[in-house]
Amino acid sequence: MLISRKRFLQISAGSIAGIALSNLWLPKLLSASNATNGKGRLPIIWFQAQACSGCPVSFINTEYPGVDEVLIEVIVLEYHPVIMGATGDLALSVIDRMIAEESGKYILVVDGSIPLEEDGLYCTVGEKDEKPITALEWINKISESALAVVAVGTCATWGGIPAAPPNPTGAVPASQVIKDKPIINIPGCPPHPDWMVGTIVNVLKYGIPELDSLGRPVMFFGPDKLIHDNCELRQYFDTGIFAMNFGEKGCLYELGCKGPVAHCDAATRGWNSGVNWCNRSGGPCIGCTEPFFPGGAGSGIYEKLPGAEVPGLAGINASANTVGMALGAAVVAGIGAHAAARVISTKYRQYKDEKNREKGTPYILKEKEEEEDK
Amino acid sequence: MAKQIVTVDPLTRIEGHLKIKVEVENGVVTNAFSSGEMFRGWEIILRDRSPLDAPPIAQRICGVCPMPHGTGAILALDDALNVKPPTNGRIIRNLMLAAEFIHSHLLHFYHLCALDFVDITAVLNYKGTDPKLNKVKDWIQADIDAGVASAGAPFLPRYEGDYIQDFDVNIQAIANYLKALEVRRKAHEMLAIFGGKMPHCQTLVPGGVATMLDIDKVIAFKSRLSEIRGFIDSQYIPDVVAVASLYPSYFKIGGGVGNFLSYGGFPVDEDGNRYYTSGVYLDGNLSDFDPKYVAEFVKYSKYSSGSGLYPLKGETVPDARKSDAYSWLKAPRYNGKVVEVGPLARAIITYLKGTDPDFKSLIDSALTALGLQPEDLISTMGRHAARALELKLLADKMDEWVNEIDPGKPVHTKFSIPMTSDGMGLTEASRGSLGHWISIDNWRIANYQAVVPTTWNGGPRDDSGNMGPYEKALIGAPVADVNNPIEVGRIIRSFDPCLACAVHIMEGDREILKFRVC
Repeated sequence: MLISRKRFLQISAGSIAGIALSNLWLPKLLSASNATNGKGRLPIIWFQAQACSGCPVSFINTEYPGVDEVLIEVIVLEYHPVIMGATGDLALSVIDRMIAEESGKYILVVDGSIPLEEDGLYCTVGEKDEKPITALEWINKISESALAVVAVGTCATWGGIPAAPPNPTGAVPASQVIKDKPIINIPGCPPHPDWMVGTIVNVLKYGIPELDSLGRPVMFFGPDKLIHDNCELRQYFDTGIFAMNFGEKGCLYELGCKGPVAHCDAATRGWNSGVNWCNRSGGPCIGCTEPFFPGGAGSGIYEKLPGAEVPGLAGINASANTVGMALGAAVVAGIGAHAAARVISTKYRQYKDEKNREKGTPYILKEKEEEEDK
Repeated sequence: MAKQIVTVDPLTRIEGHLKIKVEVENGVVTNAFSSGEMFRGWEIILRDRSPLDAPPIAQRICGVCPMPHGTGAILALDDALNVKPPTNGRIIRNLMLAAEFIHSHLLHFYHLCALDFVDITAVLNYKGTDPKLNKVKDWIQADIDAGVASAGAPFLPRYEGDYIQDFDVNIQAIANYLKALEVRRKAHEMLAIFGGKMPHCQTLVPGGVATMLDIDKVIAFKSRLSEIRGFIDSQYIPDVVAVASLYPSYFKIGGGVGNFLSYGGFPVDEDGNRYYTSGVYLDGNLSDFDPKYVAEFVKYSKYSSGSGLYPLKGETVPDARKSDAYSWLKAPRYNGKVVEVGPLARAIITYLKGTDPDFKSLIDSALTALGLQPEDLISTMGRHAARALELKLLADKMDEWVNEIDPGKPVHTKFSIPMTSDGMGLTEASRGSLGHWISIDNWRIANYQAVVPTTWNGGPRDDSGNMGPYEKALIGAPVADVNNPIEVGRIIRSFDPCLACAVHIMEGDREILKFRVC
């Protein structure tokens, strides 16, 4: 089962590319499932490192199938620190049993980043001979015997907030610790329950879904899932109506929306049983599924896209419009964002010239500019 | 009998990484150590960022209770930016925070704590017609028959102990474990109606909320609230009473320090009056809360810096290998005293102050029904009871609040970020008193600090050796079988630990003296 990550991506992209699944695929998959009673279910060890538990809480928000159905029909949730009945050594003994008896058969799900500084002592779980065992040791040990690894949440996929500058604990994503196993990345802070449950069901029924170059399932994060292209506020953008303050109706671009560079299907799937999603609520997309989230020191989550400083893209801090383009292009690895960025830059220039005359500059920059005027 | 050391690590069915170590002599706990085992450095990460980043990033301190942290952050920013939310903004903030209480309290009782009391295997003898219960029964039975080692996972294996014997209570609780999964999901839907998504909502900003408000949202919220109130009244309260009445001894154990603190929360008017009253109950005396008495001690915490300082004056440097230190949590103290925060603290302070007649009469009737005295509330089961009763009243109150929304009016007051400013945001979280502090310099966050409920409750000993509330609550508790220390989990979980929140640090090398103390 030792294949390189690159080879893994090639295989999975090649073999499953034919299966294009719509938003409605999840119920179909479940009804197609005959799996019951431990046979045909996917054994899972869900391990938390530097996590906030937002990922498991989102996981149990799954509506169809409900979490009880998932536990009974789809997976065998062998270990999960937030849900499991067992505690202490009894809980950890489950992991030992899995490694001994189910080697190569289970999936390791990781949420949270993994701290490397201080030999990993910033996160410990359990102890042996009175000495703490680090999350790093656990993840190495559990992944060694795993069939595959699913990293859920932006911390486990890209590093997330714990890894944001100055990264006090040397936090890294799962892919920087686990080198020799296939890894599926399901980003999001937190991920939508359907992204997690859907990926797991897909692995069980059809094998590993098609992944993009960052290891994300294309069916949820593909190039056609650009928030900006699917946003119901897009009409406001196209007609140049921009919300200048929170709570106003209009495109949220001016309030820092990262929709033009963020990929996920939240806009069409909806959050929390579909009652709402980020931009519909009035709170701009913060790009929580992307490797640039939450940005570096000196940046701001609600700062307008052009001019945003992107960690990991060294040297890119050029003037307004080029950065928007570079950001989009780099983040999505050249899959169609050039067009979006170009649209933005022209639209935005036009719009800003007009707005500046009419309304003055947006609030965030206002004081700075006033100060500079003095 | 010789002293036995029992280590429970990880303590599961909580948020985060917690280790509890107890010394047991003759079946009784004589010493206890509570250790937070994870550190991320949130406050360091917030530094030099835009102040507007505080709500989305602070929320992500915890995925179980993001709303309280978001609320602490926006209150601190309101203060620093000198902006007041309009009435709609204030109400929607309250409703979102209250929806979080519903999700959190139901999750806590049914999905985190119930497995300490309820015998899940009772479902194997279920003879009724409920399809969900039959599905669970068939599932576990088939795995047992097949000899599968993981039969009943994740509910089994478990510590063996004195689980509920009453068949009907077990079945009712298991049915409601499943039902509560749906109900708390709906609480998140309620929150998402105004907040975009949960966990980690989108609309928390200083000056109010970013919600695009219309009447449909209010109606969608109300319809879910009415269903949830039905569940709380007809299922949650009776379930808590049923479990409590089967474990009367847990009204006598796990009491702990007996000192309580509440910051108060849920502003109900534009003058700053709050639905939850603030106060301190110290050594039998009730007094007003004053933040200047808060200090944090680090002798037994993994920080190599000054101790006994006001949170915002401390210079704090992490030291993973500090000798004698056994926790990433600090030990906050109020006027040098150990205090407990949370639903029980709110209940005790509200009860003694007499500010809410509804609350007092509800507590009194519950005490009468269970044949208890008020002091029995200071216990493991008292925490569950206080949590359930406060949720009932809060959900009722939400129905009043939601009717006060006027969809035609603004939800947000325009603000501007000053070059330099400080702010403090104090609120009540589902788990207790929560404070966020922010200092802004050059339009950026110069300093950020959060002092959270689980730091108060789960912290280690202070410099004088006084135990924290978790540790104190364990002293004297029975442990019938050191190989199955089920009692330890029951006592600690009654506090609703949330460890991701609790570990925090502030680098105090600059601007620290600028924080205004109330």
